[in-house]
Amino acid sequence: MPRTRVKNAPDPELMHRMYYYMVLARMLDERTWILNRQGRAPFVISGQGHEAAQVGAALAFDPEVDIVCPYYRDLGVVLVFGMTPGEVVSGHLGRSTDPSSGGRQMPSHWGHRARHIITGSSPVATQILHATGTALASKARGEKAVSAAFFGEGSTNQGDFHEGLNFASVHKLPVIFICENNGYAISVPQRKQMAIANVAARAQGYGMPGVTVDGLDPVAVYEATKAAVDRARAGDGPSLLEFKVVRLTAHSSDDDDKSYRSPEELAAMRREDPVPRFKSRMEELGIWDDAKEQDLRKRVREEVDQATRVAEAASLPDPDTLLLHVYG
Amino acid sequence: MAVMTYLESVRETLRQEMRRDPRIIIYGEDVGVRGGVFRVTEGLQAEFGEERVMDSPLAEAAIVGTAIGAAINGLRPIPEIQFADFIFPAFNQIVEEAARIRYRSNGDFGVPMVVRAPYGGGIHGALYHSQSVEAFFAHVPGLKVVMPATPYDVKGLLASSIEDEDPVIFLEHKGAYRSIRGEVPDERYLIPLGSADVKRQGTDISIISWGMTVNFSLTAAQKLEQEDGVSAEVLDLRTVRPLDVDAILATTKKTGKVLIVYEDNLTGGFGGEVSAIIAEHALFDLDAPIRRLAGPDVPAMPYAPTLEHAFMVTPDKIHDAALNLARF
Repeated sequence: MPRTRVKNAPDPELMHRMYYYMVLARMLDERTWILNRQGRAPFVISGQGHEAAQVGAALAFDPEVDIVCPYYRDLGVVLVFGMTPGEVVSGHLGRSTDPSSGGRQMPSHWGHRARHIITGSSPVATQILHATGTALASKARGEKAVSAAFFGEGSTNQGDFHEGLNFASVHKLPVIFICENNGYAISVPQRKQMAIANVAARAQGYGMPGVTVDGLDPVAVYEATKAAVDRARAGDGPSLLEFKVVRLTAHSSDDDDKSYRSPEELAAMRREDPVPRFKSRMEELGIWDDAKEQDLRKRVREEVDQATRVAEAASLPDPDTLLLHVYG
Repeated sequence: MAVMTYLESVRETLRQEMRRDPRIIIYGEDVGVRGGVFRVTEGLQAEFGEERVMDSPLAEAAIVGTAIGAAINGLRPIPEIQFADFIFPAFNQIVEEAARIRYRSNGDFGVPMVVRAPYGGGIHGALYHSQSVEAFFAHVPGLKVVMPATPYDVKGLLASSIEDEDPVIFLEHKGAYRSIRGEVPDERYLIPLGSADVKRQGTDISIISWGMTVNFSLTAAQKLEQEDGVSAEVLDLRTVRPLDVDAILATTKKTGKVLIVYEDNLTGGFGGEVSAIIAEHALFDLDAPIRRLAGPDVPAMPYAPTLEHAFMVTPDKIHDAALNLARF
């Protein structure tokens, strides 16, 4: 995978790759909602509005060597790390081919050893300690791998967040802590979660850099993440990155955010949608046009259709496998 | 063959295993320079260096949570929880994460980690330095729970635990650390997890126990033989998960009378499970009701010597309960 550094003038090829993954994540996410409303996928938890942050950050890592501990909204992250759309949909349909869990976990509880995606759970922030531990092992062996933990701002109120950042900083571990701050822990707004404006301010208490970035701008996200990854790979320790994003959907398919967000707030948020925003920016730069857009949408739609077909054709897990994999 | 204490056996086994497997790292509170509050890891940092024997921040969830990540990424961590009473901040990481990772990833990931923790009372440790915690963890599929009674078993069971591909809770009775001595072969050997051991042959009554109370039961059995002419068999479970059901049923069939002895609180303690297994599979081999002798149902062990003694399961209490059952 070529690594192109975005400097003052954004690299068109990299921006096109960013946009491809953002559109893929969005259209795939939308497909899972359709499958949910059709009664075929019992549960959806969505990453819509987070795509720029997820894709921009993930592209700053090297999936061949780096290790990621994502959280349940991180569709864009796992796609960049190599999980296929067919594998994603197989998880939503609870198929035996779901690489995360073989149909055992709820959808979006990602895991894929071959793709360096560490299995996650539902209790939030636990993966922050796992990423710290994978970084500890990489450092112990003198490897150059960098680990990353992704989480929402709600998770930063958990003890595991504090303990992980503190541990990583004491041991100067090659790990990046990435907060996708969408302003809500289900229905609880940030002002009721913490008395600070920016999660990144917490980094100071751990003696590591903390940066707040516009999470709707994948180029800014990429640059901030790349700087943190370079720093970690050079042996200079962990960083905390905060990407301000919007949550365009309810918390999950079982939530109704109209019960706690006003119509005005929802409308304002939709105007910030990072996908059209990034498209406009590329158009302004003269590196995108309607023909390219139509081509991309057609290609991604085919990919999503194919993913759905592949997943639907796969078998459900055999009930006889219920007792497998309790122990190794 | 050397005679050594239970504590020395833990230390020398750790040393022997660390010499043969460079993947092993030890960390926890005070385990480095100080060598642990009980001195179990004394000298290990001097031999293996700070990279492999690390003092950690005082944060149990971090100790276990990072060990999970390190284990996933190829190390064999042996985190120490300073007292089993302090393991509960790490309960989420042990139960929700370590125990479920293999199952939830459909076998894609495993957590080869040994969490060592001193447990048990009778050492003036009061409520928060005396608890027996095995029942909490024995309830959880995905975990193994090991409770050696003798220096010989410590060595073989600890080596097996380190080799195991799954998370093991290794509980060392702190009262045994210096009071229990025995012969330990120099060469490496493995005792399979899930194999109970008949520590004393007998024909009139079976005492089933695990951990330190095995030693108390052996003392009681000697008194029963000498003073009462009662021949007591003592079965040491050695691991409460996996459980050697065959050995439990074999001793039950042999004597027809079973006394289950454990230091944990009576209600919901692991003795209830042993009792249920006997009731289900060997009812018609019984000549008397199954009896349990355990700690009373008070929240934990008090400090004052009179209260502590009243809580503890002692050789005298075991003798009296066994004699009473033998005469049923």
